[in-house]
Parts: sequence; C-alpha cells; structure tokens
Amino acid sequence: MELIDQRTKKIMEECKVRARDAGLSFDNETLEYIVTNKDMVDLSPKVMIPTLYDYWVHDVEVLKGHGKYKLYPNNPYETVINSRPAISFYNDNNPDWMNIMIFYHVLAHIDFFQNNKMFENTWNDDFVGKALADKRLIANLRSEHGRWVDYVIEFSRSIDNIVGYFDYISALNYNTKLDPTAAITFYFDVFLQEIVKVPGHEIFKEIERYNNLRDSNKEQAESLFFSEVKSKYPEFQAKFEKHSNKREKEFVDVLQFIHDNSPFLRKESNSWMKLVMNVVRNTSLYFQPQIRTKIINEGWASYWHDKLFRSDPRIAGHEIGYAKLNAGVTALRRVGLNPYAIGLRLIEHVENLANKGQISRDFQVLDSFQAKENFDRKTGKGQETIFELRKHFSDFTLINSYVSQDFVDEHNLFVVGQHLDQSRNVIQYYVKSRKAADYKKMLIDSLYHPPRISVNKAKTSDENLYMVHHFEGKQLIQQFVPDTLLGLEFLWGGQVQLETTDIVVQKPQNQNEKPKYELRKVLYTIKDKKVTKQNL
Amino acid sequence: MSKYLNHIFEKYLNRELSEQDKAVILNEMQACKNLEAIEQEYNKASSKTSFYDFHDLLAFQQFIPPGMDLISALKTLDELLEQDKKREEDGFPRRIRLGKLVRPSKTDKGKVVVVPSTTEPKFYHDDSVTEEEESGEGGAGEGEEGDVIGEQQAQPQPGEGEGQGAGEGDSSDHDVTSEAYDLGKIITEKFSLPNLKDKGKKRSFTKYTYDLTDRNRGFGQILDKKATLRRLVKTNIMLGRIKQNEPFSPDNMLLNPQDMVFRILSREKDFETQAVVFFLRDYSGSMQGDPTQLVTTQHLLIYSWLMYQYQNNVVTRFILHDTEAKEVPDFYTYYSSQVAGGTRVAPAFKLMNKIVEEEQLQVDYNIYVFYGTDGDDWDSDGKELIETLKQTLTFANRLGITVAKNAWTPDSKTTTVEKNIIDSGLLKERADLLKMDAMVATGVSEERIIEGIKKLVS
Repeated sequence: MELIDQRTKKIMEECKVRARDAGLSFDNETLEYIVTNKDMVDLSPKVMIPTLYDYWVHDVEVLKGHGKYKLYPNNPYETVINSRPAISFYNDNNPDWMNIMIFYHVLAHIDFFQNNKMFENTWNDDFVGKALADKRLIANLRSEHGRWVDYVIEFSRSIDNIVGYFDYISALNYNTKLDPTAAITFYFDVFLQEIVKVPGHEIFKEIERYNNLRDSNKEQAESLFFSEVKSKYPEFQAKFEKHSNKREKEFVDVLQFIHDNSPFLRKESNSWMKLVMNVVRNTSLYFQPQIRTKIINEGWASYWHDKLFRSDPRIAGHEIGYAKLNAGVTALRRVGLNPYAIGLRLIEHVENLANKGQISRDFQVLDSFQAKENFDRKTGKGQETIFELRKHFSDFTLINSYVSQDFVDEHNLFVVGQHLDQSRNVIQYYVKSRKAADYKKMLIDSLYHPPRISVNKAKTSDENLYMVHHFEGKQLIQQFVPDTLLGLEFLWGGQVQLETTDIVVQKPQNQNEKPKYELRKVLYTIKDKKVTKQNL
Repeated sequence: MSKYLNHIFEKYLNRELSEQDKAVILNEMQACKNLEAIEQEYNKASSKTSFYDFHDLLAFQQFIPPGMDLISALKTLDELLEQDKKREEDGFPRRIRLGKLVRPSKTDKGKVVVVPSTTEPKFYHDDSVTEEEESGEGGAGEGEEGDVIGEQQAQPQPGEGEGQGAGEGDSSDHDVTSEAYDLGKIITEKFSLPNLKDKGKKRSFTKYTYDLTDRNRGFGQILDKKATLRRLVKTNIMLGRIKQNEPFSPDNMLLNPQDMVFRILSREKDFETQAVVFFLRDYSGSMQGDPTQLVTTQHLLIYSWLMYQYQNNVVTRFILHDTEAKEVPDFYTYYSSQVAGGTRVAPAFKLMNKIVEEEQLQVDYNIYVFYGTDGDDWDSDGKELIETLKQTLTFANRLGITVAKNAWTPDSKTTTVEKNIIDSGLLKERADLLKMDAMVATGVSEERIIEGIKKLVS
C-alpha cells in the first residue's frame, strides 16, 4: 500500500479548495492510498482498516451472502475510512478526471463523517491509530494467554451488535438541566396516571397550575406546588420515596454491563479480559453510525460529486465518460435498491421542497391540491436545509420524514413483487404497489436494525445475569441463541437467562386462510453449558 | 399431475378411509397445488439486493471484492479441524461447520461442493417467520400496479438440464464422492460414529497389499502430480507469481525441488466392494421444506461417512418416490430433486427388492437400506408396505427408517408409517435388522441428526 503520487495529491488539494468554497467542511489532512488486488485481500476481512486486530474468523469463510449485514455493524468495503486523518483508497490506473470525480465524492463523505451528529462519538479519534494500539494489545495478550484471547474476542463479538449506541450518542449532548425534577416527573408521569388514575382534564389542570406558579415565582414554584399536592394526596411522599428507591436506570448495553459487573471478570487473574472486551466494544461503536447512514451518506456524496465535478473546468473533454460512470452509480434501477440513487434523490427532493418553502407549517395546512402544487415562496433555503439534513439526519429519519407520495410519484418508484410462472419456469417481476406508505415500509424494512436487549437489574445477581429482549415484531434467530448464551455464561461466570418472545405459527386448517401467529414469551436459561427453554 | 393424484385418491376412498387419513391426503394434494408459492419462496432469496451490498470501491473503481485469500483457500481441512479440536478440549463446541452443499450457478450440470464454514452466533432478528409474502424490493419506471415488468429464468429443474447422459452423470458423481469423502472425515472425527465393520459383516473388509500410496517430498518412486502442483501453486502465490483475478503463465512459475511430492511404496489396506447401500426417500408434496432438508442432510452424512470409512468402495443406489418410485443415477440428483406428488411408500421398497433380485446383489454384498419419510402414506392400512418390508428384511443387513415429521404433526401423534410398522411387530421381531427413528423436522440440530444416524446403525 503506497500513497498517491505528488501530482495526484495536488489534484486532490485543488478539489479540497473547490469543495470548501461550496460549503463543505473537513479537516485539512487526508491520506490517499493506492491499493492493489493483493492489498484488498489483506484489507477486506479487516473492513478496510489495515490496523484492525487479528482474529481467526477473519481467515475462514463466514456465513456468506444475504443477511450478512444484519450480523455485522459495518459495511465491508468502504473507500473512505472515518479516521483522523481520513484515509481513502484508489486504483493505480484511474484516469485523472475519474480521480477528480472520486475525490469530490470522498470529500463529501469526509464532510459527512466530520459533521453528522450520528458520528459524534468518532470525532476525536484517530481510529486507525487506535486500532493499531488495540491490535498490539491483543497480540501481547495472545502471547500470554494464547487462544483464550480468541475466545474472549469471540464471546464479546457475539453481542457486539448490542452496544447501546443510541444511548451513548444521546447522552453525549443531553442537557440534564432541561429535565424536570424527579418529584415532578413522578407526579405527572406515574402518580397521577398510574396510581391515582385521575381523568385527563385534571392532569392538564394540574400542569397549568404548575406552570402558573413557575411563571409567577420560579424559585418557589415547586415547593408551593407540592404543598398543595401533599394536602390533597397525603400518600404521595411515601409513594414517591418507594418509587425512587426501586427505580434505577436500566442498562441497555449488555456488553458494558457485563464488563462492569461480571463477578468472573472482577477476579484479578481475569482482568485482562476486560481490555479485550473494550476493544471489541469500541470497534463496534465506531462502526455503528456508518451502517445507519449508508443511504444519506452515499446520497450526500453523490450530490456533491455531481455538483462539483460538473462545475469544474477539468471535466472538459470527459463529459461523456463522466455521464456514463455517474449514471451507472446513481441511476434508479428498474428493479433493485441502490443507496446512491435513493439517497441522492431524497436529498434533491428536500432541497427542492425547501427552495419552495414547502417545509413549513403554511404549506402543510393547505388542503387544496392545486394550492399545494402552486406553492412556491422562492425562499432559496434549499442549500441551507440540506446542510442541516447532513448534520442531523440518519437513514431512518431521512426515509421516515421525506418519502412521500409526491416523492414516489416524481420518480416513478414502486415496490416490486415477484411470482413464479410455473408453466414456463420463469420468475416474473411485477409492480406490486405505488403507494408511498408501502414503499416507505419496504425501505425501512431493509435497514439495519439489531434487536434491543437489556439487562434487568432487579433480577440480576452475581449468580444470575437476566436479560430481556424487547420484542419488536420479530423473534430472534433461535438457532443462534444457545451458542450466544454459552459465551455470555463464560463472561459472566454463572447462570445467564434471556427472556424473549417466540412466534409460533399455526398452520391454517383451510388453505385460503392466512396462518395465525401466536406470540409466546419464553425464558432461556444456561447453566453449566446446558441450555433450557421454558414458557413464561 | 393432479388428475393422476385424484385418480389414486379415489381409489383409496373406496377403501373407506378415516376422516383423519382423508385430511392427510387432502392436505398433501393441496400442498402440491401450492407448489407455485413454495417455489417462489425457494427462488426469491437469490435475487434480492440490499442497500448494504453497494460500496464505493465497486461502484466507482470496479474493485471486485476478493473471494478468499489464496493461501487460506489452499489450507486443508485438517488445519481447521486441528484448531477446532482444541476448542473442544477447552470445553467449547466446535465452530467449523460441516460442509455445505452449493448448488450449481451457471452450468446445468450439478456439482456439489463442500465448503468448510463458520458462523458467528449473535442475537439477531429472524425475518423468516412472519414474512409469508415476500417483502418486495424497490423498483422505478413506468407500469401500472400489477403489470409484469420483467422475467428471469428460474433455477433449472434438476434432471431437466441437457446432457444428463451417462458420461456426465459419472463425472458429477465423482465430484460428490470426493467431496463427500472430505465431509466424512469431519464426521467421524467429530462424532466417532461406530464402524459398520463391527456390525457382523460376512467377510472382513481388510486385507493388505503393498502399494505406492505414502507421500514423500523431494524423492520417491512416482511423482504425485496433483500434490506437487498444489505445493507449486502455493509457493508461487507466496512469491507473488500468481495473482488473484489475473491470468498467469506456467512459464513464470518457479519450481522448488522440495515442492515435488512423490509416492513411495507402503503397506495398504485393500478394500473390496462388499456393501451396497440403498438410499430411499419420499419426495412427495408434504415433504417440502424441513422434512426434506432433514432427510437429505442425514443421508448426505451417512453417504459421506460411508465414502470415508470405506474409501469410496461402497456401491450406492438411490431411489426416490412419491406415488411412484424411480431410481436416480447419483447422489446429487437424489439430494436435489424437487418435491413432486402424493405419497405411497410401498413402491419404493418394491423397486429396491426388484433391483436386488434382478442383480442378485444379496449374493455378493452386504445390503444396507436407509429410508427417509415424513411418515405420511396414503395407503393407510400399510398391508402392501409391510409385505414388501418383510421381503426386504430377508436380505438386508440393516434397514434404517427416519421419520421426519412435519411441524403440524403433533409430537405425540404417530404417523401412518410409524403406526403401520409398529403394528406389524417387525421392530421387535427383527430388532437386529430394522431400526426406526422419528423426530419433528423443524429446527433439528446437527447433533440430533447424528444421534439419529447412531440409532439407525447401532
């Protein structure tokens, strides 16, 4: 692996100037490497990060093909590595014009990495450098503990898709001052609604009373407010105290919880395992934002490579070559999902809406189709808005907010269905739905979404780790549950339990009926490497 | 097809079927009609693209992600197994999985490949349960809802491909055989299956001869070209003279004398083919899905294990049946044939008996029979079947029956086949010859399948 030559680097630097002028912002330092096919052989198992720790599974064929992305919080072959400085990879025989276009694409990715809030946890990291330190750490541990290091890596990786990324990221900027006090929260959220069960209008009355008090006397408001509450509900204080004793923050992040609380890891001789777990957890956390911004990130980069390269005089003479390459990447496919195409069009759609002032209440309250169609305030806010979009949005929020019927109609999008024509032995693809709701659902269903599993602290002790899977309409892959529990039992050093929900399919009696699904709560228990399962 | 099924159905109706049996038959006939939907399910996995399949390296610079590291591709199973053995010593289950069978992609000739693979178990969502209808994918362009916008050739039906002549059949059989041999190696090491030899064979399998089979590097009597080439390729990969996805010329390869592998004279066991193994399975409509999966997997394991244990010296025959029985030429066809019509068990055994008789196999061979079914039999009184089985047991050294029950069959309920066999008393009468193992086919672990084999050959 070697750096690009000085001449090409100069081209990159020129691209940076133009990209900055257009409003993109990124660190000045970047590294560009030429990669050969042989380099790819080494890099690809390591998610393109040359310094990632060694692990034997990297050398074996792992479950191939479809659904793979569900297992791993990363995209295996990225051109740009979100590190400081950012690293990107190039073929050694690209023509200059192609490199210019790719440089713009890369710079937009770097801009996205360094400005999108989802990546906030990676902003201070030289990840490649950190990975190198981790790699050395693991190599050192391996010389001391041999293959046991690999077991700890393996067992930690078995829950590296449940690392509490969103909790982590939301805590980064959370302003606790905005929270009402514990007593107020309890009174309105729990006491009135669940304990006394007063009707809704009385709750609103109470809220109004509280707000009025605050307006007149901010300092004293709460004590004044509660003096009346206590006379009306003498039991309040006792209930509140009981509640706050019981209520502790539930840990969502199973990996971290085990790291902090496992009696097995507490032992002096096992403390090195925690280091390994940290490496696995941090590596996973690092990749989390990337897989949740695939569409918006590729859309953003495609938007800018197109805009910047077409206004760059160096395109002269290569317009056709560019058009061909660009279309190959960003054209909507007749059948198939393409993150470049969908992302680019959504960003353009938002820009267009904002330019007309349509992202506003004034527009939303219109009910006449005609009035909506003609609504154009010519605000020119498009650019500004998409920069905001790039700062705050992820794939999910982008799709959920902006895939509308207008968007679907504008680009002639539809959900494809397929059925088999038995007589001719061909699969037929057909237009299944052109409804925005169906299209949106299809997009969202195809996004990365690991299960949400947390530790139930009340039921957890040194002898028993009790986890709860929060059911979201899909059961866990059952075949993997026992093996995963086995690793967790090792890390916890005792019994481990998982509460989850199975879907039991009831075959319909009549072939025309749809099968019925029954949800069944089950509890897996592993003790001494024996897994049992019981209904709850 | 359905006309024919109706015909048979009516024939059985005349015999005063119980309501339950009628339901079973109707269920199966419906299953055949629903083949279309099932086929669709079968085909859909292959073509769908996901957002995460795309990446810049491919999109802009046409980097093809490398398949596998060349050196590790040359790694033998033994090295992987060695590593896995250590896991077991440390008290964790093995991670290298039994080989998977990969279907052909381009040619219509079937090739079975064993790929050692591993999985990383994690908690993650299972889409397969509730998504009865395919969730669809994205598309763009003209067309009303319901319009067909394109077609694609579905996977060729096995057996329909061209050139299934004898020559081709043989070569693909060879492929299965050598791969199955590798697979068999894993199984015996992993599960220590009992040797058939201990089962009271008529003659000993072993006598010794001297042959050029031991390998030696550097010198010897006869050059082992295949092994030499392997080493040669490996050396040249390491020297960077062979690169992935690039053509190379043998002229550029360096030959290290140490890479030459020779065979030298050694004492060898000499095997004579003395056993015929018949594999029979039900491929009727109700077998769709899990039961077929279970039976074919189990039979693959048995087959592989035989290949290994007897060094490719076992003769194998394959018979499929729905309402009719047919013999198929090789394991691949046996393994991959799609489900067909209704179920009558007796014809399969009849066909086998006929083959044995015509070829007088019982004179020279030990005869083993493995049969897999979901337990349905339209011929519910089973008289015909029991008669046929009795005849089979006159010559068979072992008849092993696996009943892979469908998920909708209650655990406790004995299926028609089970019932008939139990009622016949053959299980007790000929306990040394006849073994039966029943399980619900859904979600069966590899261990359970192996346990089943143990039971069948115990």
